[in-house]
Amino acid sequence: MSPLTQAPHGFLSPTGVEIAFLLVGLVTFGAALVTVTTRQLVHAALWLVVALGGLAVEYLLLTAEFIAWVQVLIYVGSVVVLLLFGLMLTKAPIGRSPDADSGNRWVALAVAVVAAAALVWVVVDAFRTTWIDLDGAAAGSTKVTGASLFQNWVLPFEALSVLLLAALVGAIVLSRKAKAESAPPPVNGRAVTGSSPSVTGSGIHPIEQGGEHGSKLVSTRGSEQGSEQEGAR
Amino acid sequence: MNDALDVALRLLVVFVVFLTFPLIVGQTEHKVMAHMQGRLGPMYAGGFHGWAQLIADGVKFAQKEDVVPAGADRRVFQLAPAVALLPYLLVLLAIPIGPGEGAVGQVLDAGVFFVLAVMGVGVLGSLMAGWASANKFSLLGGLRTAAQLLAYELPMLLTAASVAMAAGTVSLPGIVASFHWWWLPWQITGGLVFFTAGLAELQRPPFDMPVADSEIIFGAYTEYTGLRFALFLLAEYAGIVVLCGLTTVLFLGGWHGPWGADGLGWLWTLLKTALLAFVVIWLRVTYPRLREDQLQKFSWTLLVPLSLAQIALTGIVKVVIS
Repeated sequence: MSPLTQAPHGFLSPTGVEIAFLLVGLVTFGAALVTVTTRQLVHAALWLVVALGGLAVEYLLLTAEFIAWVQVLIYVGSVVVLLLFGLMLTKAPIGRSPDADSGNRWVALAVAVVAAAALVWVVVDAFRTTWIDLDGAAAGSTKVTGASLFQNWVLPFEALSVLLLAALVGAIVLSRKAKAESAPPPVNGRAVTGSSPSVTGSGIHPIEQGGEHGSKLVSTRGSEQGSEQEGAR
Repeated sequence: MNDALDVALRLLVVFVVFLTFPLIVGQTEHKVMAHMQGRLGPMYAGGFHGWAQLIADGVKFAQKEDVVPAGADRRVFQLAPAVALLPYLLVLLAIPIGPGEGAVGQVLDAGVFFVLAVMGVGVLGSLMAGWASANKFSLLGGLRTAAQLLAYELPMLLTAASVAMAAGTVSLPGIVASFHWWWLPWQITGGLVFFTAGLAELQRPPFDMPVADSEIIFGAYTEYTGLRFALFLLAEYAGIVVLCGLTTVLFLGGWHGPWGADGLGWLWTLLKTALLAFVVIWLRVTYPRLREDQLQKFSWTLLVPLSLAQIALTGIVKVVIS
């Protein structure tokens, strides 16, 4: 990372960018705190969007444009959507969820504090007083990022992709095993969409039925005979 | 001072485009659908062929009471339309309409990623609306929206990546600048996949399962009234403009045309965008709605393999010609 220069900078005369960086950091930190403390599950997911978006802005302020957009694309666009999907599919009441707290929260807090301390220590120790030169070419442009990723960091990159592949295979194995062992478990009445490809087998679907939406929709999920009769009622 | 004026002017132009183009698409949809179905469409508002119908609709929406259901999560419910609409405004900033610095709101280093990332954020608005409405049908609509986004984001990204590979850059003006006519047959599969997946992400027919009115009333937007409802509708049409503009820029060569590319480049972009918008409307009138499982199957078993094949083809051709 050559554009990082060791120019003398003071902490007492911050520039506009530095102030913005600090403010966005505070917002991100606040949103993250609310995410883990709020009692409303879906609100937690939405605050997570704010926290992740704040991180993206921080990347932008550090001139890492590519990383920032990927952050939005992967985390806000996919991970949070998946999270919300899971919440809505299972149980996401409006208002407080009294059972949202885990008994392990003190252990979790300890682990979080230790992890944060380790990360902060590593980052501070690695960069110390290096400053990004904002006037020259962007130090985090797509070109620079790509070059450093595939020249200096190829091994971690490949290791990560193997890890992801393993996770993928694991997910497939788990889902197939569950299917083979038992019939599909009863589904929560609210959680009805045809989102799962397994619905294909059910010979009945809402368009053919018309009228009385609610009960019909419930019936489309289970692919067994019993639910089909229930739907025809 | 001059810089500030320049920025303000660009923002103003983008904002005006954002306010007018979706309305033009909407009015075109009224008339095109009507004529395809053997009727006239709106004829009275404004006098000439009902040109002011959407303005009248807007006035009507503004007069309606803004209702928040008693059981709803108030803040999330009220915030959702803004979350659905604003991303499209941001995306418009990055779409180049002609060659040179002057014809794009803001040149971004990683423009492709920016537009795809921000478009994905818009869907959060539908999810928020679906959850916060405290309505079963809304929740179903929200769920379907999420499932649809997860399925169709991938082919969109892969095909966009294919074009970026072909151009050797991820900046939108850069991609159009390196366009040659023979990219058209080369990237045609990617273009079709991108456009189809984009339609699905916008929940336009035939991919409008999340708002299927015969099953779940109006999906996530069931409980909305007045201006907030209008904002969701506006988001859909702004989405059409953005999707058509993006397809034009990525796959149809943007400002390149058989002639007049120097001075009239912006006209080519607009023309191609308008043509694609017409196709969007045409598809709505032509095809019946896909069933939810068909929709998922269509993405995972057809669009994703096609886009992977397109990437492989792009890679091979790229290696051969370089």
